[in-house]
Amino acid sequence: MLSRTADHLYWMARYIERAENTARMLDVNMSTSLLPQSAEQAALGWRAMLGISELQAAFDARHPLLTAADVLDFMVRDPNNPSSIQSCMQAARENARAVRGSLTTEVWETHNDTWLQLQQRLAEGLLQRDPQQLFEWVKYRSHLSRGVTIGTMLKDEAFFFIRLGTFLERADNAARIIDVKFHDSGEGQELLPAGRGNGIGHKQRDFYYWAAVLRSVSAFEVYRKAYRDVITPERVAELLILRGDMPRSLAACLNEVCDNLEKVRNSRSGEVERRAGLLRAELRYGRIEDILHQGLHGYLTGFLERINDLGGRVSQDFLVPLAAS
Amino acid sequence: MSAAYDEMYAADRKVREHYRGYESWLAAQSAQTMTNKRAEADLVFRRVGITFAVYGEAAGTERLIPFDVIPRIIPAAEWQQLEGGLKQRVRALNMFLNDVYHGQDIIRAGKVPADQVFKNSQYRPEMQGIDVPGGIYAHISGIDIVRAGAGEYYVLEDNLRVPSGVSYMLENRKMMMRLFPDLFARNRVAPVAHYPDVLLENLRSVAPQGVDDPLVVVLTPGMYNSAYFEHAFLAQQMGVELVEGQDLFVQDSAVYMRTTRGPQRVDVIYRRVDDDFLDPLVFRPDSTLGVPGLLSAYRAGKVTLANAIGTGIADDKSIYPFVPDMIEFYLGEKPLLANVPTYKCRNRDEMEVALAKVPELVIKEVHNAGGYGMLVGPAATKAEIEEFRAKILRDPANFIAQPTLALSTCPTYVEAGIAPRHIDLRPYVLSGSQISIVPGGLTRVALREGSLVVNSSQGGGTKDTWVLEG
Repeated sequence: MLSRTADHLYWMARYIERAENTARMLDVNMSTSLLPQSAEQAALGWRAMLGISELQAAFDARHPLLTAADVLDFMVRDPNNPSSIQSCMQAARENARAVRGSLTTEVWETHNDTWLQLQQRLAEGLLQRDPQQLFEWVKYRSHLSRGVTIGTMLKDEAFFFIRLGTFLERADNAARIIDVKFHDSGEGQELLPAGRGNGIGHKQRDFYYWAAVLRSVSAFEVYRKAYRDVITPERVAELLILRGDMPRSLAACLNEVCDNLEKVRNSRSGEVERRAGLLRAELRYGRIEDILHQGLHGYLTGFLERINDLGGRVSQDFLVPLAAS
Repeated sequence: MSAAYDEMYAADRKVREHYRGYESWLAAQSAQTMTNKRAEADLVFRRVGITFAVYGEAAGTERLIPFDVIPRIIPAAEWQQLEGGLKQRVRALNMFLNDVYHGQDIIRAGKVPADQVFKNSQYRPEMQGIDVPGGIYAHISGIDIVRAGAGEYYVLEDNLRVPSGVSYMLENRKMMMRLFPDLFARNRVAPVAHYPDVLLENLRSVAPQGVDDPLVVVLTPGMYNSAYFEHAFLAQQMGVELVEGQDLFVQDSAVYMRTTRGPQRVDVIYRRVDDDFLDPLVFRPDSTLGVPGLLSAYRAGKVTLANAIGTGIADDKSIYPFVPDMIEFYLGEKPLLANVPTYKCRNRDEMEVALAKVPELVIKEVHNAGGYGMLVGPAATKAEIEEFRAKILRDPANFIAQPTLALSTCPTYVEAGIAPRHIDLRPYVLSGSQISIVPGGLTRVALREGSLVVNSSQGGGTKDTWVLEG
């Protein structure tokens, strides 16, 4: 297929996935900010979220003070923030429009309709009135676009590039979501491998934090089902990083990335496949104890760098128009 | 200007035979139902993204073309007549193009003046002597037809470059079937949905010689072009790639597209990019929409362009008056469809008649299209009329003049209810190994009261066009 077409499809998928994960992150922050805590602690939560999204500086440049309302506005509707939900959905829609001929009618209409409805919702003040309903809606529109894609598109290259975009973006965002909770729950302390049940001081607060992380990736019930036990940070980390059967875990994302890379393989993609495969193998055979021993933040930072490297290579090998050869 | 022919009503508000079924159905609908349906249509067009960009407004501004839910209906016998006339006309136009770019018999026979052709900016010397598959130049033609007087059909204009609008023919039908399924159970309306199939077959049939399984692409200027929706739509419906200039390159006189697996050979390009922008090495050097070297590949016969380069010489308004002569010259037949009588201002005596009658006439610049650069005398101010008089005197050859036709009207929803509005018709004629026409076309309607300008860029809307089966 055309490199340019593949590029639009890939980014269409990345942007809608990013919008979803931003909504998830905001949603969980809203929930935790409602817990009894000091105003400073609440602000810390929002700040951590901006930090992990690498948006702190951009936010500070526009807002002298940090308030929840300003963060929400910045992350949801600010057109100057390329990662705001509105910017992402617009970018997804523009990419879809550029290649609407390569999409099924349903896929295109889903993206177009999402965009039109978002504008309407924002104009009606839903963000101010009921932000969590808006986040819920964003998640469902993303579910819908994925479902329509799977349910109507031919399983050919177009489909594989869409999937590749979805899971590279999800891997990146999921790692950030895990990391943000580390930032704001630990007050700088590393999550160290602790003896089982070795309660960390504020046990109850921790429960709410980790439950919120789980909820943000729709994994609360999954956790209960998988462990049938109390919530511990180690297991949460294990579930979200290493469990291949948990659809938003890093391991699951890498499985999909590798599978789809293999399907679009070309004469120059050997190296990106090797690197993705190596990362997959590490997740498949890794142990959470070792990751925690190394330090979760350090581990996730390294992971993000590797995802970024894979993204760059995908662009280079497939998406930049190949010169005559 | 006498009262216009109404498509639905004859004298004394008597409903014409072919509209009876529809009219009685419409009379039975409540005003609320119709209001709801019209709102639904608007919503769906927006969701589907059937929009066009308006030039002169901020990039990316998208607008809906107003859609009117009252169909324009053509009875079977009339359509047959039209179809015959259209095929005849397009056949002659293709023969004319082949002749202009080869032996020029018609010029030597004195039927068309040489300077009309060779001094015309639409004549492409680069095409001289080039053979194109099947001698077909205009693979896709949109012929604008109007009705005037007591309902006689006239050809107003031939569009042989990159005629647009066919996607609206298809989407309008889809919309009507969605809004009013019962109507289609009651009326035998000829289907149009197979147009993309016929188009693809047509494009494949004109592939370069020796290519068994040709690869067809649609070339678009990109998503900010006013007709982008249509380009994407047709590519999708035919199941071919929609490419931009940057996706193609030429090597060893062959055209390739850049794919995720390396270069892939392209055989037929349904291009929706104007001649001037196709190849920066030959035409406009500042064009970023084209493909450097495309003309050389084309001249070498390694790729087919649809439509061919240089078709503008046959649909130019200064050539239009000669089309009836072409039909007689090439086919030895009488034209089945009439031209609108036209004053060629380049001829002194015709110009003088025209100048004296400007307030009654429609004045058109010969190279313009889309409703731009024209004057409708009866609707013009004194100052506008004087301005055009001066323009004609300055450069007579640049203008033609035609009587202001009382275009037929069709009942149309307007703010105050249903009222007659002027319409035209653009059927699409496909030429390849044979000539085919899907029964129907795009009916455009001038929504402003009394307006005769139907172009979407000038506030026109569209209607579904029904050809009834006999």
